Amino acid sequence: MGEAIVITSGKGGVGKTTTSANLGTSLAILGKKVCLVDTDIGLRNLDVVMGLENRIIYDLVDVVEGRCKLHQALVKDKRFDDLLYLLPAAQTSDKNAVTPDQMKQLINGLKQDYDYIIIDCPAGIEQGYKNAVAGADKAIVVTTPEVSAVRDADRIIGLLEKEENVEAPKLVINRIRSHMVKSGEMLDIDDITSHLSIDLIGIVADDDQVIRASNQGEPIALDPNNRASVAYRNIARRILGETVPLKPLDEEPKGFVAKIKKFFGVRA
Amino acid sequence: MTAMSNKLLQNVIIKGTKEGLTLHLDDSCSFQMLMQELDTKLSANIRTPENSPSIKVRVHTGNRYLIDKQETELKEVILKKKIFDIEEIKSNVITLEEAKRMKEESEITSLCAIIRSGQIIEVPGDLLLIGDVNPGGEVSAGGSIFVLGTLKGIAHAGRHGKLESVVAASVLKPAMIKIGGIMNRAPEDFMQEAHEMECAFVEDGQIIIDRLQVLKQKRPHLNKFEGGF
Repeated sequence: MGEAIVITSGKGGVGKTTTSANLGTSLAILGKKVCLVDTDIGLRNLDVVMGLENRIIYDLVDVVEGRCKLHQALVKDKRFDDLLYLLPAAQTSDKNAVTPDQMKQLINGLKQDYDYIIIDCPAGIEQGYKNAVAGADKAIVVTTPEVSAVRDADRIIGLLEKEENVEAPKLVINRIRSHMVKSGEMLDIDDITSHLSIDLIGIVADDDQVIRASNQGEPIALDPNNRASVAYRNIARRILGETVPLKPLDEEPKGFVAKIKKFFGVRA
Repeated sequence: MTAMSNKLLQNVIIKGTKEGLTLHLDDSCSFQMLMQELDTKLSANIRTPENSPSIKVRVHTGNRYLIDKQETELKEVILKKKIFDIEEIKSNVITLEEAKRMKEESEITSLCAIIRSGQIIEVPGDLLLIGDVNPGGEVSAGGSIFVLGTLKGIAHAGRHGKLESVVAASVLKPAMIKIGGIMNRAPEDFMQEAHEMECAFVEDGQIIIDRLQVLKQKRPHLNKFEGGF
């Protein structure tokens, strides 16, 4: 029996889909059987980030409405040998095409065959959110170090705490920029965790490579040397129950050129 | 027959005091009888010169509970004489509902939680919150609000108009404080300063923020401890 984790945030654009894609990828790298479920019906893009867009035949709404079997709609990621699958959202309907009960049934079905089901939640707290949370056992709240994102995360945490089937949510702080935190222009990690007072499960640094990788349909987690990738893999290991210390943010870029740049005060 | 009517006429006892009249109404006879007798007695006994000030009346109903309709009738009987003013109607009994409400309103409800954005907590009496009120969250109480934590959201004390209510917090950084009907938004520079162990209360129709220690003088009713220390 697998475990369903919903990735949510309230606010849009904080990196729910990127986090979903990379956590799914990281868990698959660690040898777990993973199914990604995109619940952002009408505005799907997990398939794009995963680079699986042109292999979609059926989607979530087709499954729910009985136009196809569940296994027919699952898109297999060929980079992993039978470990990573995607259930894409429909692009032509809207959030009301599915009910929370149907979602619950669907996720329960998936839990039989997969170790982890990662549910990518749409922004907002309406129908789409309710659908995404219905089948989940755990929740990860993604936020960025911005007041607006933290405010929305606070709201979402309040709503998640009311859900009986979901465990206490965990927090991922995404796109943190160490130089801005140091200069005091950005909320730091302590500010955010003391405000939200939930367990922190990972910190992901802002990295240009993440955007580049998303655009190419190759989740950054596939690159073992990238710092964001390491962060995602660490989150995956923490999900598996390993104790991985949270990396301090002020990691200095290594290498000769970086040192020279640092000497002249140029940001890496 | 006369004995009978004399007995009947003892259901209403009128006593004159310095402040006016006190009517003691018997609580074992029927309400209809009581009203008839009251009407007769008030008409017969009192004669006042024109333009004299109205007489203040206190009514004691003993162990009789008056429903709203009966209370209105009682008031009508007294007021239609045009020379009376009802000061109070007192009874030894109240309904279970009222008693429950009174108890709730005098109770401290303690709550261990974080009130997050979009959440509203309402209690009938005083609120003791062990935790924070985050921005966008709201706590509202019939009485006072005490927060063991940071108050960053909205606090509404004395919801039904109890102006003597206070708002106190370990760290006071509210978006808005309301006490009774009086409202105060935090000034722009308020959030920058440290506001630890402070309270808000109403003075001269305005909300004042001060150190917790001043409450001892300003709101002595908060002190429920009896005896010396």
